[in-house]
Amino acid sequence: MQEFKLVEITTDLLIIGPGMAGSGACVECAHWAEKNNVKITVVDKAAMERSGAVGMGLSAINQYQGENTPADYLSYVRQDLMGLCRDDLVMDISRHVNGTVHMLEGFGLPIWKDADGNYVHEGRWQLMINGESYKAIVAEAAKNAIGMDNVIERVFIVRLLLDKNDKNRVAGAIGFSVREPEIYVFRFKACIVSAGGAVHVFRPRSTGEGLGRAWYPPWNAGSSSYLTTTAGAEMTSQEVVFIPARFKDGYGPVGAWFLLFKAAATSASGFNYMAEGLAEGGELHNWPPYGKVKPIPTCLRNHLMMIEMYRKGDGPIFIHTDKAIAKIAEQAPDDKAYKKELKKLEAEAWEDFLDMTISQAILWASKDVFPEEGPSEIMPSEPYFIGSHSGASGAWCSGPEDIQTTESKNEYFWGYNRMTTVKGLFAAGDGVGVSSHKFSSGSFTEGRIAAKAAVKFCVENPELPEIDLAEVAKLREQILCPLKHYEEHKKYTTLGTTTKKYDLPVEEVNPNYITPKMAIFRLNKIMDEYVAGWGSMYNCSATTLNIALSLIKLLKEDLSKLAARNLHELMRCWENIHRVQIAESHTRHKLFREETRWPGYYYRSDFPALDEDKWGKVFVNSVYDAEKDEFTMRTRPILHLVDIRKVVGM
Amino acid sequence: MPSFVIDEKCDGCKGGDKTACMYICPNDLMVLDVERMKAYNCEPDMCWECYNCVKICPTQAIEVRGYADFTPLGASVVPMRGTEDILWTVKFRGGTIKRFKFPIRTTAEGQAPPDGGFGIGPGTLDDQLLFTEPASLKADKLWTLGD
Repeated sequence: MQEFKLVEITTDLLIIGPGMAGSGACVECAHWAEKNNVKITVVDKAAMERSGAVGMGLSAINQYQGENTPADYLSYVRQDLMGLCRDDLVMDISRHVNGTVHMLEGFGLPIWKDADGNYVHEGRWQLMINGESYKAIVAEAAKNAIGMDNVIERVFIVRLLLDKNDKNRVAGAIGFSVREPEIYVFRFKACIVSAGGAVHVFRPRSTGEGLGRAWYPPWNAGSSSYLTTTAGAEMTSQEVVFIPARFKDGYGPVGAWFLLFKAAATSASGFNYMAEGLAEGGELHNWPPYGKVKPIPTCLRNHLMMIEMYRKGDGPIFIHTDKAIAKIAEQAPDDKAYKKELKKLEAEAWEDFLDMTISQAILWASKDVFPEEGPSEIMPSEPYFIGSHSGASGAWCSGPEDIQTTESKNEYFWGYNRMTTVKGLFAAGDGVGVSSHKFSSGSFTEGRIAAKAAVKFCVENPELPEIDLAEVAKLREQILCPLKHYEEHKKYTTLGTTTKKYDLPVEEVNPNYITPKMAIFRLNKIMDEYVAGWGSMYNCSATTLNIALSLIKLLKEDLSKLAARNLHELMRCWENIHRVQIAESHTRHKLFREETRWPGYYYRSDFPALDEDKWGKVFVNSVYDAEKDEFTMRTRPILHLVDIRKVVGM
Repeated sequence: MPSFVIDEKCDGCKGGDKTACMYICPNDLMVLDVERMKAYNCEPDMCWECYNCVKICPTQAIEVRGYADFTPLGASVVPMRGTEDILWTVKFRGGTIKRFKFPIRTTAEGQAPPDGGFGIGPGTLDDQLLFTEPASLKADKLWTLGD
């Protein structure tokens, strides 16, 4: 095995993962750092220009307050998550997000405008954009702010280091270059973890070449959750997954079709499940108080769809694009205006795909699908961990000092906004729990919030903590173990002696090791079949969850036998170690919450109803002890900071 | 096979140890075969079809063939990304061709201003105002509980 060089970097504040949240952190802290003489360094697993979830582009900004108040936005988020949200975190983002959107426009992001120069809304909170270069523009502003000399690309951080003298204080991070034989050790006063959500924990619907066609990007491997969890930070709501219902197979966005074009969805036989579910005596009334008011929570919309597909067998679900287009075009006064309007709508519909899910455009073209001619299928996907969308998993973080009641201040505030329960360890974006519905603009905003607080932390805690060199040496060996393991055992079987490069996708069968691809398949199978993936029609119970935990235990043991043939595969090995951690955390949280709060995301078949009295007023939190490999579960109270009299819709 | 490199068109970005596609791929999939000076996608089943390699390739050597699990052959979606716009050509299996052109940015490449044009604002480390606020909010003050 080749020798690895050790690269040591000392800074004040390290930003781990400059996607939308991390880029917001860069823009914000460059300003405060310069004023206060704080050194900032940014580290990215990929190239910042296109890294993270917005790397392909986006067709809408999903959080803009406009003239609405933070309490209005809170009413929508609390409703959508079936009561589960931190009022302080949600309203904090909401009050700053207009500023972010105006800044994004100033960076050069084209936002649609009407004839009067006002933003074109897709819905109450959503703005339409020409977002092909969204991430490139945002990363450019971030790099201009921070200076390219402070950005390190293609380095994958795999573990945080704690202060040798205070195990509740972060002191550094360790990772490796995915391109050169180099181990990186960072020392710092504080860090912001904004390393995305988790994809490919559950089995995706396509498992051949289309394995990569996940709705959220395949490079989001649960690193935010792993880094904070293994540092001992308290985590929250890891049981909450998000299941997007999207165009079948390509996972193309449906937001513009539902909100902008007002398309309806029905079962195969034409049952309008959303209207019927809301009507008197409809299914939604079985889920009070959330089911009784509009907007219908995301999970309940899935739930209605799943009843049609799985209980009644009346699938597939169709979205009637043809009828929606015809209805809009019919309003045109004459034939010429009709054709013009149709052409405009067609371009808008295609841009929706081409900006953010190009696969869906290929799929429609390859099947000769014309949305004006007939309906298309939509389908609930596999579960994702995405605290920034209609999910809630992530680290338990301090909120802002001023958006608190006396009671909530004791529970939700501990000195620095968006700091986890570990000193100096901040989180943002998908890294923060119960701060849902922030999407791209709110994630950027949360990065800004965390960055300002983290600079303040560095100023008020000027001493550089000490890292434990013995721990560094141990981790260095662990990080490289898959490469060493491969070299030691590869000659035992025939394929391992092959040197030709093009055989990389070929799986090697060897009783001494497990390849990263087979590790992901093993995890996907466990999660899909026992922890409520699509294969079990989103059902689980204490029995199945306990089976999963015993299988995950065996998988964890086998992770020490992962084998990597090169740096790229070493990255895959560590991504899967990250995934397995959130998988276990998720399973334990699901087991702990004995109710079904988010039907349409998952069902506890042994506790099939909402239990508002017991579980409606608490968050489920957990702390992981890395030395003992043990989880401790607990609850934290849900405190309402404002009374919501009316839910403001979409 | 998600993104693929056309052998004849790829010149390995003419020397150096890193091609444009290797630089940009968010999932570290593109590899340069230094002996032949040709790039290739080393893990097509982890490709998101994000098209970043296609858009950045200086010789238009990279295209995408839809995931074979569910995408019939014969269609193509080809972008041509300029500094202000992107032009898409969508070719259907049945022969229909559609072209779309969309703007991609309103500022010159490389010129995105970190303050978005709003200036730095009056905030201090001890208050709740972020950089550029309240000007960027287009409001007089920042909202707080009780407002």
